[in-house]
Amino acid sequence: MGKVRKGVEVSIAIADAVAQADVDVIAAYPITPQTHIVEHLSEIVADGELDAEYVPVDSEHSAMSVCCGSAAVGARTFTSTSSQGLALMSEIFFIAAAMRLPMVMALANRSLSSPLSIWNDHSDVMMVRDAGWICIFVENGQETYDNIFCAFRMSEDPEVMLPVAVNLDGFILTHMIEPVEYEDDDLIRRYLPEFKMKNALHPDHPVSMGCFGMPEIYTEAQMNREMGVRNSYPHIVKAWEEWGRLTGRHYRPVETYRTDDAEYCIVTMGSYGETAMEVVDALRAEGEKVGVVKIRLWRPFPLDEFRAAVLGKKHLIVVDRAITFGGQGGPVATELRSALYKRDGAPTIVNYVAGLAGRDVSRKDFRSIITEGRKKAEAGDTEGFTLYGLRG
Amino acid sequence: MAKPMDQITWQELQVGAVVVEIGNSTQYETGSWRSERPVVEKEKCIKCMFCWLYCPEGCIHEAAEGHFEADLTYCKGCGICAAECPAKCITMISEEK
Repeated sequence: MGKVRKGVEVSIAIADAVAQADVDVIAAYPITPQTHIVEHLSEIVADGELDAEYVPVDSEHSAMSVCCGSAAVGARTFTSTSSQGLALMSEIFFIAAAMRLPMVMALANRSLSSPLSIWNDHSDVMMVRDAGWICIFVENGQETYDNIFCAFRMSEDPEVMLPVAVNLDGFILTHMIEPVEYEDDDLIRRYLPEFKMKNALHPDHPVSMGCFGMPEIYTEAQMNREMGVRNSYPHIVKAWEEWGRLTGRHYRPVETYRTDDAEYCIVTMGSYGETAMEVVDALRAEGEKVGVVKIRLWRPFPLDEFRAAVLGKKHLIVVDRAITFGGQGGPVATELRSALYKRDGAPTIVNYVAGLAGRDVSRKDFRSIITEGRKKAEAGDTEGFTLYGLRG
Repeated sequence: MAKPMDQITWQELQVGAVVVEIGNSTQYETGSWRSERPVVEKEKCIKCMFCWLYCPEGCIHEAAEGHFEADLTYCKGCGICAAECPAKCITMISEEK
């Protein structure tokens, strides 16, 4: 494929990106709102446009198991799921990270049952927050397309060797038709070197993976894993920088919009960011000194970049898209409060949870969140969280 | 294991805790788990090799006299050999002193 700009459904752009990345194995089970991604991949393979194994498994548990097997032999591996599918594959999801098996997942974020909902929020990815996957969030179709390649590059980096989940808001992104600039196959080949897995399974060089670990060794194995996730950070940044150099589209673990002279900021993760920027533009025109801080890299958490972006601001209004029941706020706000605890110049944090199960959060809603949030922050009302738009 | 398991540091582990040393499970002496040990009546053994086949530890071997015996360094004392022996020539004896 040559460089081309086209109007395309984001799910289709993901499938096309996966094909351009020349994957060897795709194992997936269809689930709304991820379905179009894997349906289109299945067509691409069936039509002979991509020389890969498409394994139509019997469940998500099997999908992730197949992915572990294929990554273990050093095959470039892709899967995609959502919500209940992620819940079903969660057992093996943790093992993929623990065994340091490179693979990429497009995770079409959707709320968890019950009540049964097919719509978007972040409760699925938050369920596996501590699995040790690299977790990236994207805001639009172009970012999704780009980050499929970046994710493979990060995942297969010999200094990283971790699975990567590209999180995109279900329906809000998966089913959106947007202009997306496709890159030339040659550029992709230059960006994505052939995957060479150290200690891959091979009859000539036997190794054992996923062994039994007695109490004497489990702690050391977990530290090895923790350092693996932590040390992936500079390589993640490098993968994005290289992509930026080749395409002119730049990504950072934490991205800011009009924050330089901002007195307070709204913090978002995922497709919210685009709406927040528009509202901030409108508020700026009215003289409000407000900016947007967007968390692109959720794991490993970009502690230093986040602190550098917000220390010295008066307030942060953090908009989460999931609840941690019985906790002290949404998962993002809880993380950020911890990151800023006892730091000089730390802003106060007001937390909203909004947009659960796809409930629309419009520009008008963002405007009220920002206005109300600022009042709360100034009144020192910073405990817990507020469920935005709740009746009763 | 180049080193005993309780001396390996986290830095010495392979990425993903992959074990690259072939057959190092022989360095893990599971015989210490045992509460009962199999004792064979040599003259009753019909050399059918059922015990050899069923042993989950793979620790049964042919002895010089032609009958089959468990290697007590690895035998966990599960008693499967005694249960499966068609000649009933294996008895599990308590290790209690």
